Amino acid sequence: MIPITPQLLARLVALGVTMVILQIAAVSQIELFGTNADLSPLVIASVGLMVGSLPGAVFGFCVGLFIDLALVQTLGLSSLVYVAIGYWAGRLLELRDPQGALVPFAVGAAATAVATIGYSVMEFLLGVDAPVSFLLVREILATILLNALISGVVYAIVRRWLLPALPEDPRRRRRRAYTTGGLSPLSRA
Amino acid sequence: MYDKTVRRRRAVLGLLVAGSLILLTAYFGESAGGGLHSVQRGVVEVVSPIQEGASRALKPVRDLVGWVGDTIDAKGEVKQLRAERNALREQAVTGAAAARENDQLRGLLNLDKARGLSDEGPVAARVIGQDPSVWWSQVLINKGTGDGVLPNHPVVSPEGLVGVVSTATSNSAIVTLLTDHRTAVGARVAESGVGGVIEVEAGRPNDLVMRFTTRNDEVTPGQTVITAGTQSRTDRVTSLYPPRIPIGRVTRVDDPATDDQLVHVRPFANMRRLDFVQVLTRTRNAT
Repeated sequence: MIPITPQLLARLVALGVTMVILQIAAVSQIELFGTNADLSPLVIASVGLMVGSLPGAVFGFCVGLFIDLALVQTLGLSSLVYVAIGYWAGRLLELRDPQGALVPFAVGAAATAVATIGYSVMEFLLGVDAPVSFLLVREILATILLNALISGVVYAIVRRWLLPALPEDPRRRRRRAYTTGGLSPLSRA
Repeated sequence: MYDKTVRRRRAVLGLLVAGSLILLTAYFGESAGGGLHSVQRGVVEVVSPIQEGASRALKPVRDLVGWVGDTIDAKGEVKQLRAERNALREQAVTGAAAARENDQLRGLLNLDKARGLSDEGPVAARVIGQDPSVWWSQVLINKGTGDGVLPNHPVVSPEGLVGVVSTATSNSAIVTLLTDHRTAVGARVAESGVGGVIEVEAGRPNDLVMRFTTRNDEVTPGQTVITAGTQSRTDRVTSLYPPRIPIGRVTRVDDPATDDQLVHVRPFANMRRLDFVQVLTRTRNAT
């Protein structure tokens, strides 16, 4: 598990606050393809993919709580959904450590699907008296599609922001050793 | 060590889920003035100025993205509206054409009734080809010998005389128009009975002239010229055209009250806009 240093914690807090404000102040007001992007599941999934399940879950909980507070929503609703996303993305890192170029897109789409569908299910469970309309399904699908499109960029930004605070990745260290003239284990042998 | 990590992870996860559920339950359970609601209001008070500032700062970004989105939407709408416009235009054209065809067919029907053309074996035909030249000399119709259409059969439109069949095949025929210089029609002025021959002047296809009137034949503009039918008392010199089919209206008279007077006639039938015609198939001089 990646140790949570004060620097990483500060960066996570800054990331969460900035993301929520950016989402509320700008991104939610920009309509694309009849819907708007939702940065929260993308950022939470990206954090989970970079720091692991436990920090990812905590980050998801905190971001969800902040969103519920800032938007005067039912407290705990977003937290519950985002905990699942952060934890799942972190577990993906811990168990599979996927390295493909399309991983952020797939994870972003899946995270958005969990967020939108999970939130809708929770709302229905909490007594929203509305039929499951085609409009809702279309909206969910459009959001998933839009988020999948931007998930690569979001992941890159999150990665760039968190990387200085992360402990050095063994893979990166190995790669640097080869490219900077260091001896490879084979040449040593 | 591993077990401890797993246990810790699960415990934290359980704690987070439980915390969320407790928050949910507590939030639902308390009134609007409760503790959680108060905290929420406090956070909103703190965050709202930041949000406002961020909103203002990010307005250009929003506008830019919104402009791009609006432009894309507008482009999409333009495409859609163009498609709609084209469809409506097509409908309008189809409707107008159908209305015109309807008028013409109704006119043909009236012509049959009013002038007793039903005895002449009228065969309705659609004009399927037209001479593109400015001479307006002939049209192609979709009825031929298979329908009883033969050369020298007169052709009429709802407005009046059009011409005569010059060539007929099994399923189509060429109609030489009244405005062709080879056509000559025995005619008379409906109001006065003055007789003559209707021909066309070379180079003026829309201006027919009535020749062979005498100095005593008084013709005035506005009078109507119709077919004369057979004037001879013998069967050897019969007209191709039945009597009393309207040809046109007198527009002017050159050298009036002389033997050289020329009566100018504007044809009723618009030779450029023929859609339907009738071929009179029971005339005696067909070959």
